[in-house]
Amino acid sequence: MKVNGAFLAIIGIFFGIIGLVYWFTAYEDAGFLMLMGSCLLGLLPGGYYLWWAKRMRPLEGDEPDATVADGAGVIDSFPGSSIWPFLLGMGALFATLTFIFGLWLAPIAAALGLSAVIGGVIESRRGGTV
Amino acid sequence: MTTTIESPELIEPEEPGGPDAHGPGGHGPDDHAHEHEHHGPKGILNWLTSTDHKMIGKSYMITALVTFFISGAMALVIRGQLANPTSSLVNFQTYNELFTMHGSLMLYLFAGPFAFGGLANYIVPLQVGAPDMAFPRLNALSYWLYLGGTSVMTLSFVVAGGAASFGWVAYAPLSNSINSPGAGTDMWLMSLGLTGFSAIFTGVNLVATIFYLRAPGMTMFRVPIFSWNMLVTGILILIAFPVLFGAVVMLFCDRHFGTHIYSVQGGGVPVLWQHLFWFFGHPEVYILALPYFGIVTDIIPVFSRKPLFGYRGMVFATLSIAALSTGVWAHHMFTTGVVLLPFFSLLSYLIAVPTGIKFFNWIGTMWGGQISFQTPMLFSMGFLFAFLMGGVTGVLLASPPVDFMTHDTYFVVAHFHQVLIGTTVLAGFAGFYFWYPKMFGRMLDERLGKLHFWFLFIGFWVTFVPQYVLGLKGMPRRIADYLPTNGWTGLNEMSTVGAMIIGFSFLFFFANLIKSWRRPVPAGDNPWDGGALEWFTSSPPPHHNFTHLPPIRSERPVWDYNHPEHLKDEGHGDKRHREHDEQQESVGASA
Repeated sequence: MKVNGAFLAIIGIFFGIIGLVYWFTAYEDAGFLMLMGSCLLGLLPGGYYLWWAKRMRPLEGDEPDATVADGAGVIDSFPGSSIWPFLLGMGALFATLTFIFGLWLAPIAAALGLSAVIGGVIESRRGGTV
Repeated sequence: MTTTIESPELIEPEEPGGPDAHGPGGHGPDDHAHEHEHHGPKGILNWLTSTDHKMIGKSYMITALVTFFISGAMALVIRGQLANPTSSLVNFQTYNELFTMHGSLMLYLFAGPFAFGGLANYIVPLQVGAPDMAFPRLNALSYWLYLGGTSVMTLSFVVAGGAASFGWVAYAPLSNSINSPGAGTDMWLMSLGLTGFSAIFTGVNLVATIFYLRAPGMTMFRVPIFSWNMLVTGILILIAFPVLFGAVVMLFCDRHFGTHIYSVQGGGVPVLWQHLFWFFGHPEVYILALPYFGIVTDIIPVFSRKPLFGYRGMVFATLSIAALSTGVWAHHMFTTGVVLLPFFSLLSYLIAVPTGIKFFNWIGTMWGGQISFQTPMLFSMGFLFAFLMGGVTGVLLASPPVDFMTHDTYFVVAHFHQVLIGTTVLAGFAGFYFWYPKMFGRMLDERLGKLHFWFLFIGFWVTFVPQYVLGLKGMPRRIADYLPTNGWTGLNEMSTVGAMIIGFSFLFFFANLIKSWRRPVPAGDNPWDGGALEWFTSSPPPHHNFTHLPPIRSERPVWDYNHPEHLKDEGHGDKRHREHDEQQESVGASA
């Protein structure tokens, strides 16, 4: 965790410095804002990781001497198969096509997208195929 | 169906020299490989519903390769048109569509997705010892968005008005609704929106996988460089793609909803598009390059029979390349006259330093090693030469005076093709030949692989070296036609012949694939005697990857497991590697 946090924080600090140099040499606002956005993208999660690194038990993956036995037990639940990502993807595809070819595609996009959202939520709550 | 995954069991190394590292099935996992056999849907339903990272990774790679061959065929038509002056193979509008779609398909839909969606999806969870990606359903969604985006862009050829025709960079006044009317342009924009989200989701997924799902003992500084590069690429994607998406949405609003963000008439700023596009576009170059650097960094130590020289140096070089790449976007805009030349020139020059460190470390890894020239290694070494040439001409272009002279000429075309073919094609196929046995459990033919390499490599130089000269002679890029009196004919003919040789080389690749499916040669778990964790499990791996894991005490645990005779004292793999590195360092210094 500590390495991850430091890794992100260093990225954030770097962009902060570069952004400030850029602002005071180029006075160009688009680039400055984007660099500041990148700075926050490093600092916010980096700070979060560093904050937690002090407070939580280290992950087995971060212990240099951890053995596989230390990580014994359940890792996590992983879905074996699910149709909902496919339907959600197709919903997104039809939603973008609506912008090009007209509103008559919108009902298809909505039907696919909504059914995928509902099905996906139920599936992950029940932990089984819906 | 949701499955709860128990952690794999530990498997201890046997007495020194015990397990046969080179033969297939030399160690335990085989006995239990099919314990966790997955009983899901079969056939096309399996493809539609699978959330297994291996299935998704393979789907990504196959889609990306199909895109690559479609786009490569377009390149051959482009070269055919340019082979002689006043040619009429295609008309000018079609020519514009062809080079736009060639660039767009190659950059957005082949180069990134092949490595980042395909190889990384397949290999990263295996390398860090994870049972799957952190968010398997999100991973599946990424693939479907990518497939949707690819279909939309490819099908834009069939709508009225044809495909987009403004080049892959879509500069602002040219891409507005007056200069580029028609549904083709809108489909191009929407395709970028879909694939952009696909990339962002994959980026989130890979970062979370590498941060949280590492096996016990797999600390960040034992993660193989391939996975490190994917982590850094993931962060770069999170920085760059949202900017592209914002820019694309604003362009769409300009085209259809009457806004004037990029048009002077309404008080907008056309050059803003260039700022936004290149703030995405230059990190994108490294989103394309870093994964391929990772591939060669994993291949070279295996075929040199040495640990990687300067592991930490590689990590920090990757990080600094990524960080610097986000501060150099306006070196694509030197000739606009509204950017700060010294700032962007300096930062662009600085990128040469970490890239140089990488080259030094690759050569340092080969130095004094027992190098064997199998197909993946040949492709990796080809990459070193190609990328060196592309990189050096890149340093030239970072100098504003040189850039003013060569901007928008074939010099630039030659430069970025050398960089991108060096990385995405040479290193990409190195990775394909390297991991194909792991993915499909069968070998590819060495002789056909080597023929593929040599034809591709020679064709590559014959195609692009003349283009440098053409650029210096003043041939502009994106022209469909030139006059016999320009004096560009001979070099263009040579370049076209080179492109045909490249096209021809892929016949050996297809022959190789057909051969491996007709008469399979079983690969075994570890055909190359590799050191990273993916070589420990069976080929192809079982549904959730590992039933057993070796102790992880260095960045190549499988090598430690298979060659315990090289361990000075067990449990101090890191120390041993450092000593080895220091030894090699002194060898290098004395030489």
